Amino acid sequence: MPEITSLLAADNLTVSYDGGHPVLVDVDLSIDAGDLIGIVGPSGSGKSTLLKALLGNVPATNGAVRRRAGLSVGFVPQVERIDWNFPVTVAECVSMARAKGLRMPWIGKAERREVEDVLGRLGLDGLGSRHIRDLSGGQQQRVFLARALFTEAEVIFLDEPTSGLDVKTRHEVLHLLGDLNEAGLTIVLTTHDLNGIATHLPTVLCLNREVIGAGAPEDVLVPEVLERTFGSPMEVLEHGGMRVVVDAPTDGDVIDLRRQTKEPA
Amino acid sequence: MIAAAATGFVSSTLAVSFPNWAEITKPFEFAFFRNGVYVATIAGALCGLVGCYVVLRNMSYIGHGLSHAIFGGYVLAGLVGVNLFLGAGLWGVFTALAISSIVRRRPIGSDAAIGVITTASFALGLALVQLYGTDGPNADALLFGNVLGVTTADLWLIIAVSIFALTVIFFGYRQLLFTTFDEEVASAVGVRTVWVDAVLMVVLSFTVLAAMNVMGVTLVAANLVVPAVVARMLTDRFATMLWLSAVIGALSGFFGMNASYHLDVASGPTIVLVSSLFFIAAFAGGGRFRRRASTMAHAH
Repeated sequence: MPEITSLLAADNLTVSYDGGHPVLVDVDLSIDAGDLIGIVGPSGSGKSTLLKALLGNVPATNGAVRRRAGLSVGFVPQVERIDWNFPVTVAECVSMARAKGLRMPWIGKAERREVEDVLGRLGLDGLGSRHIRDLSGGQQQRVFLARALFTEAEVIFLDEPTSGLDVKTRHEVLHLLGDLNEAGLTIVLTTHDLNGIATHLPTVLCLNREVIGAGAPEDVLVPEVLERTFGSPMEVLEHGGMRVVVDAPTDGDVIDLRRQTKEPA
Repeated sequence: MIAAAATGFVSSTLAVSFPNWAEITKPFEFAFFRNGVYVATIAGALCGLVGCYVVLRNMSYIGHGLSHAIFGGYVLAGLVGVNLFLGAGLWGVFTALAISSIVRRRPIGSDAAIGVITTASFALGLALVQLYGTDGPNADALLFGNVLGVTTADLWLIIAVSIFALTVIFFGYRQLLFTTFDEEVASAVGVRTVWVDAVLMVVLSFTVLAAMNVMGVTLVAANLVVPAVVARMLTDRFATMLWLSAVIGALSGFFGMNASYHLDVASGPTIVLVSSLFFIAAFAGGGRFRRRASTMAHAH
């Protein structure tokens, strides 16, 4: 029996909903303190299910998920899944994270300072009394990151953290995650955005029902693994020291949507 | 003030003289009326408070179904000879938990099943009342609310339920808020959302039961919805919404019960009409309020 050093691990994890076709098959994965891991795969590849299984929201059909005892986790949902019409201010949203045990309903003085601290850390100074809808896309994303941090989480899970964000905001969020990781936070995120995110991360895991490859991007984001993950041929180019993944051109792959114009007579 | 003005308006169009101060305060000489006003005011506040969670979780149809189901339990308990509140209370809690577990698993046709079962329970209650009558309030009083039917026992019941609900909301405030806003994440980070749901359903069924006498089975659900919607229109802050909704509910209960006496109309409708005046006032109040109202598409 190897000694458990990881915060979280999946051993031969298989998950199927209601006894149907398995969504995840024999997934082995271990998350150590200080990791910054991106789970990469197309829609329907089981990324979200893997997150839910690691969080304990979905039971394992086979195999197991092990969590270090007393591990405190945070979860940042997809921006699209949040009810932006719900009546909560930024401060209320952040403070609801401390929901365990008996607590006073209101935010006390000491706690108000803690809320302001965490908002300040994420560049949201002075926005505590704003309604969550009255923020920019990047700010909205950061509010939910602040909520996850407010529980003193050691590991934070983010489901598609940059979907729906523009390029500049995506960079901001990535930088922020990098800084938090540098400061010791363990981060696990899912993404289908290869060039926007995956190539920037220290560790990626390519998933399509099973683990196709895991490791540093330069070892994993290679044509064979990508083709098996996404089911479509891909090429990897070097551009200014960065790896860029592109669809491999194949015959008949170029779809010309331009309207045919008549040749001038 | 709004309610008083509205009462005056209705009275004058009906060519009834506007009651003067002495006439307005006269019914307070009667113990039954004082009880009725107390119960209506407290029940209004309680429904307003609990209604916030009901509306924000899009559960208003559950409040509606629950009140109908409890009516059946109430009548049945009376006939079998069990204590009315105990019988109907247990029936209500059982139904509430059954509904919430069905909603949680969402098997195909669950909405239809809830609709059929609660409506059948209501129909059974109606049939039994017509066949055998009830020991307590008559059928009309139960269906539409009646100031005459309110006893001291009702007052104690609503006080007890309010204390229970306040305790739950006070100590479970953040769990309730987190689960209401974002159930999946709450459960992922360790909030026991199944328990939170179950406790909320118990609070809801007790609230419906205790408010039924003054608000009427058919209109309890409206009192869960209208004050919460108005409060939502007035604020973007959750804590503010809770107390505003409770205040609007209490004012509606108070003025509605008075209007019920003076107009000789069942108290359920008058209470809902007063809270609707708050809605109209908020709606007329500005585009921002209207915009917020439009965010509550399922509140009916």
